[in-house]
Amino acid sequence: MSTIANTIFSPEMAARFDKLVTIYPVRRSALVPMLLYAQDDLGYVSDAAVAEIALRIEILELDVRNVLSYYSMLRTKPAGKYNVQVCTNISCMLRGGYEILDHCKHKLGIGHKEVTPDGVFSLEEVECIGACCWAPAMQINYDFHDDLTPEKVDVLFQMYKDGQGKDVK
Amino acid sequence: MPDVTFTVDGNKLTAPAGTLLIEACKSAGIEIPAFCYYPGLSLQAACRMCVVRIEKMPKLQTACTTPVAEGMVVQTETPEIAQARKATLQLLLGNHPLDCPVCDAGGECELQDMTFKYGAADSFYAEPKNHREEQKWSPVVYFDRPRCILCYRCVRMCGEGMDVFALGIQNRGSSSVIAPNVPAQMSPDDLAHVDCEQCGMCIDACPVGALTSGTYRYKTRPWEMNHVATVCTHCGDGCKTTLGVRSTSDGAEIVRGDNRDKSGINGDFLCNKGRYAFDFANSPDRITQPLVRNSSGVLLPVSWEQALEHVGKKLRELRDTRGGKSIGVVGGNRLTNEEAYLLQKFARTVLQTNNIDHHRTADYVSFAQALAGTTGKAASQRDIEKSPAIFIIGGDPTNQNPLTAWNLRSNVRLNKARIYIANTEEIKLRRNAKAFLHVAPFGYSALADLMSGDDSTLESLVQPGTNKQVALDFRAALRAEEEVVVLIGSELRGGDLKKVIEFGTKLPGRKFALLSDYVNSRGAADMGLLPDMLPGYTPITAGSNLATEYNIATEPGLDMLEIFDAAGKGELSALYVVGANPVARFGVDPAALRNTFVVVQEMFLTETAALADVILPAANLYEKSGSVTNSYGDLQQVNKAGDRAGVRTDFEMIVRIADKMGANMRALVPFGKGLHADMGQTRGAQSGEADRHAVWLTANNLEPRLSPFDPMAILDEINRLVPGYSLLRLQLLSGNDQHLSPAAPSDLVQITNRRDLVLPANDGLFTSGTLGRYSAMLADLQQNAASRTAAAEQTAAD
Repeated sequence: MSTIANTIFSPEMAARFDKLVTIYPVRRSALVPMLLYAQDDLGYVSDAAVAEIALRIEILELDVRNVLSYYSMLRTKPAGKYNVQVCTNISCMLRGGYEILDHCKHKLGIGHKEVTPDGVFSLEEVECIGACCWAPAMQINYDFHDDLTPEKVDVLFQMYKDGQGKDVK
Repeated sequence: MPDVTFTVDGNKLTAPAGTLLIEACKSAGIEIPAFCYYPGLSLQAACRMCVVRIEKMPKLQTACTTPVAEGMVVQTETPEIAQARKATLQLLLGNHPLDCPVCDAGGECELQDMTFKYGAADSFYAEPKNHREEQKWSPVVYFDRPRCILCYRCVRMCGEGMDVFALGIQNRGSSSVIAPNVPAQMSPDDLAHVDCEQCGMCIDACPVGALTSGTYRYKTRPWEMNHVATVCTHCGDGCKTTLGVRSTSDGAEIVRGDNRDKSGINGDFLCNKGRYAFDFANSPDRITQPLVRNSSGVLLPVSWEQALEHVGKKLRELRDTRGGKSIGVVGGNRLTNEEAYLLQKFARTVLQTNNIDHHRTADYVSFAQALAGTTGKAASQRDIEKSPAIFIIGGDPTNQNPLTAWNLRSNVRLNKARIYIANTEEIKLRRNAKAFLHVAPFGYSALADLMSGDDSTLESLVQPGTNKQVALDFRAALRAEEEVVVLIGSELRGGDLKKVIEFGTKLPGRKFALLSDYVNSRGAADMGLLPDMLPGYTPITAGSNLATEYNIATEPGLDMLEIFDAAGKGELSALYVVGANPVARFGVDPAALRNTFVVVQEMFLTETAALADVILPAANLYEKSGSVTNSYGDLQQVNKAGDRAGVRTDFEMIVRIADKMGANMRALVPFGKGLHADMGQTRGAQSGEADRHAVWLTANNLEPRLSPFDPMAILDEINRLVPGYSLLRLQLLSGNDQHLSPAAPSDLVQITNRRDLVLPANDGLFTSGTLGRYSAMLADLQQNAASRTAAAEQTAAD
């Protein structure tokens, strides 16, 4: 039973949030994890989610937005079903990260932070994702793909399009 | 804390341990520049302008976060530091438009000063500047993002200072931006807005021109105005506001109100009314010619001479034929002390009537009577800043007395003061309170009982269904406090008020204050705009100094309601209204005044003025000099700032009417060399009664005033005659506040059942009695607040 009436989240998520605020010395420490979970649940952090999180943590919506806007991994607009995040940090850049990014842009027909018209893919250029040893790398939702070439990217996209890709959460 | 000794730029300085280096240097006259540091707010260390070299510490240190220490050796101005500050400025100017020639802050800008000082206008950056359009956050707050240097002063001011938290910081790094609490996507017009108290403190705190004021922006430059520090005409807190004045073809218009010199009783603070609601003075609706109603009932403009002649003749005629008792006088809450005093003296000695009253917004008579015979029991506004504990009964300072609320919050934040609140409403200040007692409706009487130790009415005190122990605990906590200021809302009056005070006066360390609504509500009562009280709450029936001086009838006159009852019965021959709107305020039937000769001194065609036979166009508080007393009894000087061709001060008009009536002017306003020259000799050619005023002036080393239009002449008389108004001239003339506590000597206080005529005005943040209606900015803010509420309800419904 959620402590918030008319929660916008699923009962499981609501229960998770109820617990989340109790496990830190201060309530607002739960803010960042809660935003991440909310984003995974809804695909993005909606205004309604901001309102509910503010209510749960007992802070102002403005405070939630201050934090939300700080982190580039938090979105306020829906992403595609598969969010393609291409790393262009040093190691990946040296190993052709921009080539991969350009290829993705061309292949999907969208730019940075954009979503394909069918809503299946969205593209993002991101900072280091910690896969330098196997650069260039990208992350689709929470799944890593490394040692990429444009050909491998084509195969991956086809795989996801066919619904065979992993959808880790 | 013990003092420590340290060296700054070769000077040996001493300061209490724990003092911040920047403050210690400031006290010693060494300026360390800083943008983000603001005294009284939390430390930020965001701007890096205050860097100094401290020996034995690696790297440059920020003076705004470093406490002084014993033996510390500091350099504040070396080539190394200048270089560091210059580099900081270059970064700050990275996206800054350098549009000083059009910016409101130009000439008053801390960034501009520093750029001139350190010469950082040349930039190494070749990238285009990141420009954003200005945003209108509310009718009074505009935001120019490119000018912002992200010092966070506004964010802290709004959150910590105002307890509003309407501003935040969003995004990161060079794209960081100050964001208001209503984001664009949540707003009906798709533009970001602030939902707040519209105090404008963020604009005051802003070191640059990023936040600008809706009333002032792009109107003029700071050096093109005269700056006059005077007292705000709105609530009873008595804030000093500095008005920027500019000459126009018909006088001088007020262009800006702000608090830049911070020298007043209000320190850093000014609310929206003090800052923006001066615009009624510039209103085109003002009456600027005397109007006299002709035989066909139409108000026609006439010359001043004709109008005054008419009023003088008519009032004299009515006084002589129908008697002074058939004349009523109503004074205002925004008159100066001198005007209020002169008005009641004019009424009592020239019109020969005690039928004089004003709109009483708090029961100062009961307050003064309850405190009679005590000393040091009346609290000053200054006590609210410092007292370790404050007990607030009733009232809503956040909305009705914003400075009081600011001082309470600052006291809690900076001095860990403990606030105890008992109120029938859940007022906002309870967020800062140590204890809040939610009193049941109409429960203040029971609360007074509880405080005096009578538990029998506990049942009607607490909200239904709550544990009565809460109230007992509340009282126990309060009793344990050694020093308490008791702040009383204007809804407490008469017996309840006396009960609260009388019990408290028996305890040590208790001080009291009664809140009221307008700038001189307290002064109007102190100066005796009352049918039964002479100035200083001297009962009219007793043989006091004042009564002897005035040599007047000792039976009380008609009060406000009785005056209008008399008018209804056709017994009122004339009504003289000075700066008040009783017709609207007390719902007077216009027909009642049909057979009364009504003279109104007013700025606008109010409900009362519309019924007048003669309207005399009056100057407002910003257009005259004198003194006012705030609700705590702090007296301050009022200075003439604005001017409007055609209007006259109420003081001048009263004097001129008295003159036209053939009154003895020297008896009314003591000016010139006095009535008698004998200094009280009893024998010889010049024997006679001593001119007490002349004797007093001589004794106090004061010169006689030269003109009957000099309010200081009346101030001298107030000083001489009104109990409790023993002023310090230097304190007054240097623009400082001084605390007075007029209370009639206890042997004169009579316990009588006075009729309760107190009608608190309950003006909030965006209203100010009749005057508020003529402020376009207050109207805008009301509309803005209403649309915010409507939007919020819409969202809630969705």
